Amino acid sequence: MFGKILIANRGEIALRILRACRAMNIRTVAVHSVADADAMYVKLADESVCIGPAQSTQSYLNIPAIISAAEVTDAEAIHPGYGFLSENADFADRVERSGFAFIGPRGDTIRLMGDKVNAKQAMIAAGVPCVPGSGGALPDDPKEILRIAREIGYPVIIKASAGGGGRGMRVVRTEAALLNLVNTTKTEAKAAFGSDKVYLEKFLENPRHIEIQVLSDNFQNAVYLGERDCSMQRRNQKIIEESPAIGIPRRQIERLGNRCVEACKRIGYRGAGTFEFLYEKDQFYFIEMNTRVQVEHPVTEFITGVDIIAEQIRIAAGERLTLRQKDIPTLGHAIECRVNAENPFTFRPSPGKVTRWLMPGGPGIRVDSHVFADYTVPAYYDSMIGKIIAFGPTRDAALARMRVALSETIVEGIETNIPLHLRILGDSKFRMGGTSIHYLEKCLEDWTAIQRGKKQ
Amino acid sequence: MDLRKIKTLLDLAIESGVSELEITEGDDRIRIVNRPAQASAAPAAAQIVQTAPISVPAVQPAPIDPPPAQHQDAEEERQTINSPMVGTFYRSPSPGAKPFVDIGSKVKAGDTVCIIEAMKLLNEIEAEADGVIREILIENGSPVEFGQPLFVIS
Repeated sequence: MFGKILIANRGEIALRILRACRAMNIRTVAVHSVADADAMYVKLADESVCIGPAQSTQSYLNIPAIISAAEVTDAEAIHPGYGFLSENADFADRVERSGFAFIGPRGDTIRLMGDKVNAKQAMIAAGVPCVPGSGGALPDDPKEILRIAREIGYPVIIKASAGGGGRGMRVVRTEAALLNLVNTTKTEAKAAFGSDKVYLEKFLENPRHIEIQVLSDNFQNAVYLGERDCSMQRRNQKIIEESPAIGIPRRQIERLGNRCVEACKRIGYRGAGTFEFLYEKDQFYFIEMNTRVQVEHPVTEFITGVDIIAEQIRIAAGERLTLRQKDIPTLGHAIECRVNAENPFTFRPSPGKVTRWLMPGGPGIRVDSHVFADYTVPAYYDSMIGKIIAFGPTRDAALARMRVALSETIVEGIETNIPLHLRILGDSKFRMGGTSIHYLEKCLEDWTAIQRGKKQ
Repeated sequence: MDLRKIKTLLDLAIESGVSELEITEGDDRIRIVNRPAQASAAPAAAQIVQTAPISVPAVQPAPIDPPPAQHQDAEEERQTINSPMVGTFYRSPSPGAKPFVDIGSKVKAGDTVCIIEAMKLLNEIEAEADGVIREILIENGSPVEFGQPLFVIS
């Protein structure tokens, strides 16, 4: 087991990793930018190293600075968290070449899954169901492109192979618009991701976003830890996640989970990972795999009792998975609300000093946040400042506990999206469950229209 | 360009006694300048200047160009030379050699005041303004972080 781990991230996930390390008696090194010098996890860590100015490119994305920090502190392993360098294959390679363990899959695996075209082909070969599509990168020949689209059937969606996480995508509903939109998407993809490789997929009108959490060690052992429903999204960013996915027969999830486990073994996956799917009309369609721990891991931790970060660390340290599929419970229901420092309805970011911070508690309530009263939320990073997770024996019980928890929560000095969460929790369709990935945006449109109507 | 390759080039440069070596590989370029510190038997230190960042698709870490942040300490009207990077602080170009500066040394803008070693690369840190070294704040061989004051200069 490692004696010292360097946490190459910030915010709530840095605190989460720190907590896992401390519980395992592993010494911690927190790296931070100048803007995060007073962060809670920096103060709790055994050692800390300032790696650069506030800008992410010069700090949290600065590979030499992070590896150098590991050297001067004699760290043994580096945990990349999520975002930043966690899915950067070059970073994973350089960490290992420099003599440290990278807590995640091998660079080659990250590279494979980071190319969405190749990832899909690997999944098809592994028997994981995929969205019908172009099968590979789109050729240059316009006639071919039109033919492929016709075969798939409109509407189709153009996706950048080097994109992912909801970026670099465009829907096409008519043949007349296809070629122009393909060219626009290619140009944008080249600028944003460095590659203009694009592919086509069937566009599903009202799917749910269902994902499978896996853990896989170096000894061909792999398990899946249930599923998560992350359909409540705005602009492809998740706002609320829950587990299990209501209304989906357990047998279907079991079949899907087993396929994902087989895929892990096939590609020699190491660590924690998530297979993301769209689900429509009883069918699952693979869209991408995330080769890191995810923001919404707490809902899975609640219903299975598994500490996913601790398992990541054990796997990276070369230990065998002790979990057996048949022994993994999935009890009750968990729901997570992402707390963002933003205006709840205009979504304008709201960084600044938090003057009051009162978090909820009670049975089945978990709060993952690095924020405290008098802490200043910096303007340089994304707006998520924490997560509130509620667990209950049933979905209704979990929703009730979440409603109570949110109503107790007081944050002053900055704006948060908690009023939005309360609004969603009061929505009758959401309470019934099973709403699609477009549902939240439709609600927001309706709510804004009502507001405007009221003003007139 | 990976570290092992750079280390091999470094050893090669020292062993062969070549005075200057520059290698370009795709987007990477490395220049090794071998300047003997004194006419003794000790092997000359190789100073390496990494001139191009290793480019990474989608995520581009900025190259560490060292602008030594000169910090105006208004109360005492003294400036500090702060570390522009994470690494290990060395006062001399090589073990046993004379330190670049001592207390009382006069420096001009552009003079090398110390070396910070990171990932087996030795980076020369330069004074940004003219002045006199008043205090040396870090012990030789100690780790330093970004922004940490190294010298007090007036």
